[in-house]
Amino acid sequence: MDLFEYQARDLFAKHDVPVLAGEVIDTPEAARAATERLGGKSVVKAQVKVGGRGKAGGVKLAATADEAVEHATNILGMDIKGHTVHKVMIAETAPEIVEEYYVSFLLDRANRTFLSIASVEGGMEIEEVAETRPEAVAKTPIDANVGVTPEVARQIVEAAKFPAEVADKVANVLVTLWKTFVAEDALLVEVNPLAKVASGEVIALDGKVSLDENAEFRQPEHEALQDKDSANPLEAAAKEKNLNYVKLDGEVGIIGNGAGLVMSTLDVVAYAGEAHGGVKPANFLDIGGGASAQVMANGLEIILGDEDVKSVFVNVFGGITACDEVANGIVQALKLLEDRGENVTKPLVVRLDGNNAELGRKILTDANHPLVQRVDTMDGAADKAAELAAAK
Amino acid sequence: MAIFLNKDSKVIVQGMTGSTGMKHTKLMLADGTNIVGGVNPRKAGTSVDFDGTEIPVFGTVAEAMEKTGANVSVLFVPPAFSKAAVVEAIDAEIPLAVVITEGIAVHDSAAFYAYAVEKGNKTRIIGPNCPGLITPGQSNAGIIPGDITKPGRIGLVSKSGTLTYQMMYELRDIGFSSAVGIGGDPVIGTTHIDALAAFEADPDTDLIVMIGEIGGDAEERAAAFIKENVTKPVVGYVAGFTAPEGKTMGHAGAIVSGSSGTAAAKKEALEAAGVKVGKTPTETAKLARAILAG
Repeated sequence: MDLFEYQARDLFAKHDVPVLAGEVIDTPEAARAATERLGGKSVVKAQVKVGGRGKAGGVKLAATADEAVEHATNILGMDIKGHTVHKVMIAETAPEIVEEYYVSFLLDRANRTFLSIASVEGGMEIEEVAETRPEAVAKTPIDANVGVTPEVARQIVEAAKFPAEVADKVANVLVTLWKTFVAEDALLVEVNPLAKVASGEVIALDGKVSLDENAEFRQPEHEALQDKDSANPLEAAAKEKNLNYVKLDGEVGIIGNGAGLVMSTLDVVAYAGEAHGGVKPANFLDIGGGASAQVMANGLEIILGDEDVKSVFVNVFGGITACDEVANGIVQALKLLEDRGENVTKPLVVRLDGNNAELGRKILTDANHPLVQRVDTMDGAADKAAELAAAK
Repeated sequence: MAIFLNKDSKVIVQGMTGSTGMKHTKLMLADGTNIVGGVNPRKAGTSVDFDGTEIPVFGTVAEAMEKTGANVSVLFVPPAFSKAAVVEAIDAEIPLAVVITEGIAVHDSAAFYAYAVEKGNKTRIIGPNCPGLITPGQSNAGIIPGDITKPGRIGLVSKSGTLTYQMMYELRDIGFSSAVGIGGDPVIGTTHIDALAAFEADPDTDLIVMIGEIGGDAEERAAAFIKENVTKPVVGYVAGFTAPEGKTMGHAGAIVSGSSGTAAAKKEALEAAGVKVGKTPTETAKLARAILAG
């Protein structure tokens, strides 16, 4: 889960990374009081999870509280690269910046370890620096079982050739930033720019944090960081029901078991769609292993509630789960939805293979539901589902 | 032969007495796996009856190994306790730990992987978030259904459980030497490369099927490895061509960030290494058949 800048700032502050004061607001008028609390001037910063907001006009300096309200009025609701601005941060104006640096910790998947990236050339995208001036970027592997001790921090500072007068201060930022990384179960903590200001202090002026959703069991406070304003309503409804669902922009609703098989199903439907007017998958939905009729019903309900969906493809490979249970689940799910008064009118194509496939297929045949069609190969079923979606 | 697991493997189950552990221990036994014990400190000294087979419960992995000669552990331990359980397995120096558990925090998996390396890599970790591995007709360590296929000469390595099953099913008449599900998490113990190297060295494997998915660059690195080190034919499949950027597709590791981790880049890298890549699981199976038919 990627966080907004203000959320990153709050987590940094919590773990003693030096930051400027700032608060988040979602109405223009609130900019006035917030700016007054900062002594009458502020920076109004659009909160979007995409780069380039400065160029898009999403960051403005306000010399007075009135100006802050004016900027907030303009920025709230603004579209930045497809992201609508729902919140702005009213931040303390930065003292005069002398130098801009870059520091981050992240997961290095290739080497299965954590990595520190540091550079004295901050302020721009680190990928750009790495490409044009690779010698200016220091990458240091971090042992997960040792972490960033003051000694490790000093090694990073030396490797990145930070000037001597800021060495201790940057090392301190690295230690506190690592504390944030571990304590919050983050996959990424990035400070860019880390600014040296005229007073000689080193301050994190902007940052990115991405959190590990697998760690939610020990991070109860992270749930409140979810961006409910921008969440797709279908994704939000699916999350409520503990379903692994991602909304896409096509017409064929997809239900399957197992993440890999569902990803593969999306591809197979997209290929099949090429022959049927370019229809595409409408979603990713993995109901997992051993899905009960109730889970199947919950999944079908989400998908049938998506007005973009014209047909549904249920693709199940029975591993440990037996296909007869899955078939019963589909039949019961349809009945459950009909009993609940849902208007079930979209055609379903069902492919069952694997454990007890014959039994499962027979259950569907016997049920003889007018909306359900059986196709017994994955490619064939994808083609049928695409054809039905295109015909609607 | 086969890789990592065979009829002589003595398997213990950490978390055997939980509901998932019980269910799958029963299934593994039915597939002929030599299960010699379970581990649960609170139930040490008791035993569990699986349809007439009494399996003793030990207090620690070390004790189970000492008393039974176990050399494989399969873990069905909940995410919050997985790190401690894997560390225990590493401390006991069990040669193979198969971590089935889904939902382990990355800081935990990174820590136990680093610990295994620091301890001299005496324990091979498979997973986490994986279906385990099977050597059909000999042993099954995990949750892969044992009745999809029979022993044969295809080796399979995959990030995904259900795609493993699908591919085994597509090629069920030919059969498999071993099938290894390495898991879909960002940090995993055994990689495509490890399995490819083992299959290359396995005299009972004639052809390797490799299944990947979006996220990371494991497939690209596997492609480079194949080019340099693998002489056996390799057929590949990559899931997630239609996945949009920035959305996690079920597996914690399956995410396209910017231009990295795309299925197209992985397919291209594999093809450049001489791997035939199918567009769908069915087409991939056809490619494998064509190669085996000569």
